[in-house]
Amino acid sequence: MNEVKGMSRKVALEGSHAVSEAVRMADVDVVAAYPITPQTHIVERIAEMVANGELDAEFICVESEHSAMSAVVGAAACGARVFTCTAGQGLELMHEVLFVPSAMRLPVVAAIANRALSAPLNVWGDHSDAMAVRDCGWIQMFAENAQQAFDLMLCAYRVAERPDVLLPAMVHLDGFHVSHVVEPVLLPEEGAVREFLPPSEYPFPLDPDRPVSMGCYGPPYIYTEVKKAQEVAIENAYEKILETFKEFKEVFGREYRPVETYRAEGADILLLMMGSYSETAALAVDALREHGESVGLVKLRLWRPFPFEEVCRALRGVEVVCVFERALSFGMGGPLCSEVRAALYHLPEGKRPKVVSFVGGLGGRDVRAEEFENVLRRTKERVSSGELEGFEFVGLRE
Amino acid sequence: MAVRFENEIPAEEYFAPGHRACMGCGEALAVRLVCKALGKDVIIVTATGCVEIISSALPWTSWRVPWIHTLFENVGAVVSGIESAYKALLRKGRKKLEPGRRIKVVGFAGDGGTADIGLQALSGAMERGHDFLYVCFDNEAYMNTGIQRSGSTPYGAWTTTAPHGAKSIGQRTWKKNMPEIAVAHGIPYVATACPSYPYDLMRKVRKAVETQGPSYLHVLSPCCTGWRFEPKLTIKLGRLAVETGVFPLYEVENGVYKLSIDMDVESLKPVREYLMLQGRFRHLPESEIEKIQERVVSEYKKLRKKVRMSQED
Ligand SMILES: Cc1ncc(C[n+]2csc(CCOP(=O)(O)OP(=O)(O)O)c2C)c(N)n1
Ligand SMILES: [Mg+2]
Repeated sequence: MNEVKGMSRKVALEGSHAVSEAVRMADVDVVAAYPITPQTHIVERIAEMVANGELDAEFICVESEHSAMSAVVGAAACGARVFTCTAGQGLELMHEVLFVPSAMRLPVVAAIANRALSAPLNVWGDHSDAMAVRDCGWIQMFAENAQQAFDLMLCAYRVAERPDVLLPAMVHLDGFHVSHVVEPVLLPEEGAVREFLPPSEYPFPLDPDRPVSMGCYGPPYIYTEVKKAQEVAIENAYEKILETFKEFKEVFGREYRPVETYRAEGADILLLMMGSYSETAALAVDALREHGESVGLVKLRLWRPFPFEEVCRALRGVEVVCVFERALSFGMGGPLCSEVRAALYHLPEGKRPKVVSFVGGLGGRDVRAEEFENVLRRTKERVSSGELEGFEFVGLRE
Repeated sequence: MAVRFENEIPAEEYFAPGHRACMGCGEALAVRLVCKALGKDVIIVTATGCVEIISSALPWTSWRVPWIHTLFENVGAVVSGIESAYKALLRKGRKKLEPGRRIKVVGFAGDGGTADIGLQALSGAMERGHDFLYVCFDNEAYMNTGIQRSGSTPYGAWTTTAPHGAKSIGQRTWKKNMPEIAVAHGIPYVATACPSYPYDLMRKVRKAVETQGPSYLHVLSPCCTGWRFEPKLTIKLGRLAVETGVFPLYEVENGVYKLSIDMDVESLKPVREYLMLQGRFRHLPESEIEKIQERVVSEYKKLRKKVRMSQED
């Protein structure tokens, strides 16, 4: 891990509690949340912080996730710094509301402890919930460990609240693998966080001294223009996200990029994924490199806005890209893979890698480092036999 | 202390003219009166429905007070967030108000947005005790989407999803008693009102604003388009709803019931007078009108009993 500027202390923290810590240090004003495994520890800890005065916030124990998101939308419209978090079914119940803050330009920040979707009921981790909210207009980032969950939360607030961004932001952390694992986390000094995140200054809050109408309806003659404005906003946010990562590094020392790599230099095969499995996959890469195999790892940190350029830069000229993901779009395949393929489509022949798709780690199914070695072996087999279409399940019991 | 006359109607308009309501809309009239009584220190949250649609097509707005609409079923939750935000920001010194000044958060929704799809969010907000007023503008159906039945549609009424025909008399269920559901939450103030009684309506709004904690106002809003009557009859229909006992005006203050117009059962007008002016009831046979009459009387007696009993203790 990189050196951290200024004072910081290393503590053992569960991923969930790292998120709660970030919320506390961000001096959030209003929290509204509804419990669901594996997100519960985040809210329980925040409730405790509010109860014992560590965080001066209104904690609204709403009666559903739909109301949790609705409440923070209302609070953000008044200029409050807000937080909510959920997982799986809860994110699905929020679904309708998610499209509101992005279109109304409200900087809501949410953490999602990614969980599989019913049926069958499954409380364990995968990215089905995240994929189902792909198109809701939020900035979305994936953390792979507790430290990143903490750091990306701070980045989320900073970028979301910028007057030239004003978009909601979501930090995804894998249910259990990140949310429930205790890891060493470097916690910065509170003063540094306060400086990084001064109180939010929402430009048009609901205020009787300056009445505004928010959420007016948009007939056909104007709806397209409103959507265009929203698209411009999230496209422009990309540069601001880069800036935010840079500023974060200057203050706290750790570096984030929309696309990060591990031992990718000169690799013939690159494994690409999001979330906590990239730490396991890195072990597989190490093992295979030991045996002289030319493999590396690409980790997508930023999921929305989709970092087309950086994805292309990272994958350009590589022979094969193997996409591993924890979600499935039924009847289509892996949604992450389909976006990676789309990003690479315009690369010239010869620079455009072959792409093979794997889906695994569904509903909390463990994928061990050896299995990633298998995935890379199968990748080579599929390339040489020309099985590039479709996808393959990882660790399927047949 | 400011002297306020019972029948004073402020000249200020916070719900500006030029909105797109139907001619004779009881809901728009009710909104206008409620806004006059609320004054300027409010934040209004409106559910999807007629009120939102007639008042806010981009890039226009009828609202001269801060106003927000997000979705259909979440007014209770958005209200909770706004009330909490103000609480936190004032406490943390990030917002400032002159001494004695108070901002009231007010939710507006139709009967569908209140009694059906929005009931959960409203229940949560009332149970948590936020300081807010919720006004349900009850036009007894989903009018914005074209007169579909709601839980608040009265028995026997025709709607597009509860049409009458060889095998149906129209709406088969009795109107959901939404004010009573609010009362069951133990909130400090619940009242019914109707724009046909503007002074009574505005007095109740002011009382609700002064109340600390949740208050609920259920406003019968005659809808000429959906109820099938001539626009000029809006006020008359509201009066008849009250005079027949179909929609009694009352208040429940900390559990104590009080009739706003104290009529005994004998002095109620026959429900037929109210029903016959509306196309939505035109198909009802005599036997069904009798059934409705009986129900209205028995409900009215129950209400009077609650008044007696709650005032006794
Ligand atoms: C989740 C959802 N379901 C359905 C709708 C469609 N819808 C919009 S307004 C409305 C009816 C509104 O009825 P009510 O609350 O009684 O208000 P009114 O228009 O009668 O004043 C419906 C069904 C919606 N906007 N959102
Ligand atoms: Mg209605």
